[in-house]
Amino acid sequence: MSDLETFRAETRAWLEANCPPEMREPVRDEEDVCWGGRNWTFKNDAQKAWLEACVAKGYTVPAWPKDYGGAGLDPAEAKVLREEMNRINARPPLSSFGIWMLGPALLQFGTEEQKLHYLNQIARGEIRWCQGYSEPGSGSDLVSMQTFGEDKGDHWLVNGQKIWTSYADKADWIFCLVRTDKANKYQGITFMLFDMASEGVSTKPILLISGNSPFCETFFDDVKVPKDQFVGEINRGWDVAKYLLGHEREMISGAGGGDRTATIGATLKRMVGEIDPVLRAELAMFDVDALAYSAMGEKFLDEVKVGKAHPAQPNMMKYAGTELNKRRHELMMAAGGSRALEWDSPETRGGQPARNWLRTKANSIEGGTSEVMLNVISKRILDLPGA
Amino acid sequence: MPLYHNDDQAMLAETASQFMADEGAIAKQLRHWRDTNCKDGFGHALWKQFAEMGFTGILVSEEDGGMGMGHVEAGIVLEEIGRNLTPSPFLTSAVVAATALGGVSAELRGRYLPGLLSGDSVFAVAIDEGPKHRPERIACRAEKAGNGFKLSGNKDFVIHGASAQMLVVAARTAGADDDSDGITLFAVPADAAGINHDSMRLVDSSMATHTRFDGVDLDGDAVIGEVDGGREILNRMLMAGRVGSAAEGVGVARGAMDMTVTYLKQRKQFGKLIGEFQALQHRASHLYSEVEIARAVVIKAQQLLDAGSEKADLMTSVAKAKVARAAGLSVKEAVQMHGGIGMTDEYDVGLYMKRDRALQEFMGDAYYHAGRVAELSGY
Repeated sequence: MSDLETFRAETRAWLEANCPPEMREPVRDEEDVCWGGRNWTFKNDAQKAWLEACVAKGYTVPAWPKDYGGAGLDPAEAKVLREEMNRINARPPLSSFGIWMLGPALLQFGTEEQKLHYLNQIARGEIRWCQGYSEPGSGSDLVSMQTFGEDKGDHWLVNGQKIWTSYADKADWIFCLVRTDKANKYQGITFMLFDMASEGVSTKPILLISGNSPFCETFFDDVKVPKDQFVGEINRGWDVAKYLLGHEREMISGAGGGDRTATIGATLKRMVGEIDPVLRAELAMFDVDALAYSAMGEKFLDEVKVGKAHPAQPNMMKYAGTELNKRRHELMMAAGGSRALEWDSPETRGGQPARNWLRTKANSIEGGTSEVMLNVISKRILDLPGA
Repeated sequence: MPLYHNDDQAMLAETASQFMADEGAIAKQLRHWRDTNCKDGFGHALWKQFAEMGFTGILVSEEDGGMGMGHVEAGIVLEEIGRNLTPSPFLTSAVVAATALGGVSAELRGRYLPGLLSGDSVFAVAIDEGPKHRPERIACRAEKAGNGFKLSGNKDFVIHGASAQMLVVAARTAGADDDSDGITLFAVPADAAGINHDSMRLVDSSMATHTRFDGVDLDGDAVIGEVDGGREILNRMLMAGRVGSAAEGVGVARGAMDMTVTYLKQRKQFGKLIGEFQALQHRASHLYSEVEIARAVVIKAQQLLDAGSEKADLMTSVAKAKVARAAGLSVKEAVQMHGGIGMTDEYDVGLYMKRDRALQEFMGDAYYHAGRVAELSGY
């Protein structure tokens, strides 16, 4: 048996012993997703046990080095783990902006001390992070942001406002872009880390068309940030931000890869029975696109591992993946008919189909709009003039 | 297996790319044979060169003197064929017919494979029996007669039918037209009495026939595989042809897209390069995205087919449908973004549109294959 086959057998046995049956059920609502953090309340014992087992094994962040709370898996082993988890429909033990975004930034730009401290906290799910990027006047044109940190010797005094801060009201710490040099647009931003419990930080959830409030307005009113709490270099936070946006685009694009052959048409037929012939045709065309895209996701991950992917390819993945997801939910609404319109019925678990459908409309806005993605493809991949 | 070419495959791609750009170029092959009204629609000298390169034996086992490679490698050659619109019998002879001949008796392999390997023979494949690809329904009949069979019926869209030395024919030997079982495949020599070809040029300048079999006498040893049990081999031929034409389609899509992106960087209007206009940039970027996804699913389907995976059937249909959509978009955007010059015969971009249209119909279009995806998925 090869090393990889041995690893697969061990992983399968470990998952069998440690992943509770409840954690192999599809995610039904927000509470089924474990975000961790200081104030996290586990939905049930199974969620807690699954997280603790994964933390002990390093499987919340399997590819990170062991010193930082990971399992130190190489890409082939990480793929095996992903495949084995998919095989039993295991839920991710921990969802976290720390894992998806801050972690990769620290691995790339952090000091050894920062890595040991913050990465281990993230891996154990102890601190829940949020991201402070967009501002009311700075959406697609992010670099125009105004939130300012005045140098006060041993600290910055931060004033300003962020918007679309995901779960800011539930987060423990924030990684935040703050202008530290007003004269220099790109090289005047610092990537700061600070506690959301700091004096002067306040948050206000934004009610969305889905009826949910996953995003907040976040206000900074004379917030003191110690001068050692930044990543990379002072005034060079844009480099970190750009690097992270790449990660965010991969994440939103759902570039999970994997050997998927499940189709939405089959799922909807089971759910609703009769499907109109013209809708069936659209579902079939959608499933062609979705299965092809999952092959693209797999190819993309394979190429990233060996440095074969175009550096701007995540923009293409994000564009195609989010547009596809919006289409998926349009079709699910169409198949569901009037049942899918219900906003508060128990049968729809409080209007999940409609709320999810509305939520997907943000997919092609957040983390760079589809239009910005197309601009980036034009410029960096197709090399079109003036793009 | 990672979804990119390994070192050997990358080397083959480089060789095939260079060869096809030099020898298979549009002016040298497609336009030449079209403008001289060639009855074959391709050049036999090029087919011999294919053989010298080892391409004609790419799917033939090493023990039979071939390269013993798989559909990933055949697809590499096909993508370059697509990119250069190179007319050749490669897809029908070296991919689909070679797949049929893969599992036959040593006697039949000995009769037909040497000609394929040397580039002296061309094989055609006769499956369709109407203007649309419907291989579920086979009405063409072969009645048992003595030690052999008598073949009667009509076949359509037989590519290179009149140029072939042998036709692989799917015929019914038992049951009703719509039955899955009761199919037998025959290797029919072109010189057998009672074969009538109505040969014609198609929109892409390739040659195809309506072929009528009027009681053609066949020996028992013309049977490929088992009598009445040909469906399984037919399915393998179909998968090979579908994933192969999808690979060629990716080449067509990329060829047209590359021409278009180049043109956007050269053509000036309103004092600007037209590639500076965001309306065109976004369409070009969307096209890039679709073509990349099509490429990905083609290599996925090729690998599944080579691995003998049970998912190959589904993903082959996904690949064929996705490529049809992406290549269709590519050639339409190419003509539109080129403007008037794209409508001229002198300019090559219209040739890509024509080839795409023919490839769409070969072995099932996007509608047929999306329908199959639904059926195979149970809806």
